[in-house]
Amino acid sequence: MAIKLPIYMDYHATTPADPRVVEAMLPYFTEHFGNAASRNHPFGWEAEEAVDTARKQVADLIGANAKEIVFTSGATESNNLAIKGVAEMYREKGNHIITAVTEHKAVIDTCKRLEKEGYRVTYLPVQKNGLISLDDLRNAISDKTILISIMTANNEIGVIQPIAEIGAIAKEKAILFHTDAVQAAGKIPFNVNELKVDLVSISAHKMYGPKGVGALYVRRRNPRVLLAPQIDGGGHERGMRSGTLNVTGIVGMGKAAELCRQEMARDAARLSGLRDRLSERLHTGLDEIFVNGSVEHRLPHSLNISFAYVEGESLLMGINDVAVSSGSACTSASLEPSYVLKALGAGDDLAHSSIRFGLGRWTTEEEVDYVADKLINVVTRLREMSPLYELAKEGVDLSTMQWEVH
Amino acid sequence: MAYSNKVIDHYENPRNVGSLPKEDPNVGTGLVGAPECGDVMKLQVKVNPDTGVIDDAKFKTFGCGSAIASSSLATEWLKGKTVDEALAIKNTDIVAELSLPPVKIHCSVLAEDAIKAAIGDYKKKQGKADTAQATAQPTA
Ligand SMILES: Cc1ncc(COP(=O)(O)O)c(C=O)c1O
Repeated sequence: MAIKLPIYMDYHATTPADPRVVEAMLPYFTEHFGNAASRNHPFGWEAEEAVDTARKQVADLIGANAKEIVFTSGATESNNLAIKGVAEMYREKGNHIITAVTEHKAVIDTCKRLEKEGYRVTYLPVQKNGLISLDDLRNAISDKTILISIMTANNEIGVIQPIAEIGAIAKEKAILFHTDAVQAAGKIPFNVNELKVDLVSISAHKMYGPKGVGALYVRRRNPRVLLAPQIDGGGHERGMRSGTLNVTGIVGMGKAAELCRQEMARDAARLSGLRDRLSERLHTGLDEIFVNGSVEHRLPHSLNISFAYVEGESLLMGINDVAVSSGSACTSASLEPSYVLKALGAGDDLAHSSIRFGLGRWTTEEEVDYVADKLINVVTRLREMSPLYELAKEGVDLSTMQWEVH
Repeated sequence: MAYSNKVIDHYENPRNVGSLPKEDPNVGTGLVGAPECGDVMKLQVKVNPDTGVIDDAKFKTFGCGSAIASSSLATEWLKGKTVDEALAIKNTDIVAELSLPPVKIHCSVLAEDAIKAAIGDYKKKQGKADTAQATAQPTA
């Protein structure tokens, strides 16, 4: 079978909508176009019913009650609402928030803003495998701590944090626990009660649904979580998020959630097989490559590899018919590699040499083999051109070299 | 990132990749940049002692496509130039030839630095006859 180029292997960035999702959405653009808040005619009722169905589908994916789902414009908004909403609502109780250095910018920058407003934020470091240390977490907790926000799976390295253990600690200390589960939801089993989480952010476009729609799970019992709304208006979504509901998007998210729930086990088994195949082929064809982050605590479809002595952007240029991401951002005089990889202590040079592979529902074995072969070729070619590879092969320890840093 | 055709051409068909013997008194070696900054260039020139003309130039670069292209272009330009002519190559010439966007200007600066370092190394060797020395040495 001929492969279609370019190959998409960046499923962490976004996923295509499943055709079954699109099909479910279509009638809600035209026939059933009503405003879910219109209470006095069938157009509104139809829309409301569709939203209720979707709410149940999303809730079922994460073991929640439909009443605990607040629809948003995406996970960026969900993260903002969860963190700012708790911070504002529980200001009397305390002003301290705990998060981690490897969180998505939607969490980090939200916390940075709160710091400017007088909150105190602890950014937990991560270990070499990308996981936070539970001892660090325990030590960071004070009687002023109102929220712990730790992501379920990381978007760059796919590493899964010990959410159940963090949930147990949060529960024991009666601190609210938010998790950004954007990369994990729909991909691995996730249950809000088993994990003891109080707030969960998810996004439709990372699970084969449409862009611009997401949800925030807000626990209603044990404890009942209160949030100060961040968008004021008509009081939609139990007053937590005003704005006419994006009915088509919500219907799509619901369908996407249902499909993920039904097909998760099969998808995960197939993708982890392909991911391992990719990793093995690369390890066989090349020396000096390193997987970033824990191999054990990892999403089934994720792989992040540093190809030592080769710079990421030049690597991407050599595989320009394959869509992946690099941890290198060679765009200015101060070349900042990925903060997530730096946090692992990878060393900036290895961070510059990294590629993130995200496999997904339509990734094939042929594509994996094509990508592996292509990478082996390009890395070999670039290493022949790399002064660092040459020095290393001469036995020079690069870490002891004195570089002129510009 | 959209690359100019010339950058793509140098990336796909780099000119003069390789190494010259570092210890040769007629070879000057420049090694500039740093791995943690995402680019390192090694540029070497071999000067004809009788004419003072650069007979050969080689490079190896760890860096983005623009960095590879800048150093590849530099080696092309160096060949046939006298040492003093070589020193007159400006990073802005490289920017213009490769149509580098503003965010990639540092690649051309690094290439100019590499030329200066290689020539500097050659001159130092000529001054101190036989103490061959590369510009960067392990500190340990
Ligand atoms: C971990 C994580 N959190 C949050 C987001 C933001 O989600 P959205 O694109 O729905 O705003 C993303 C996506 O980039 C993500 O990967």
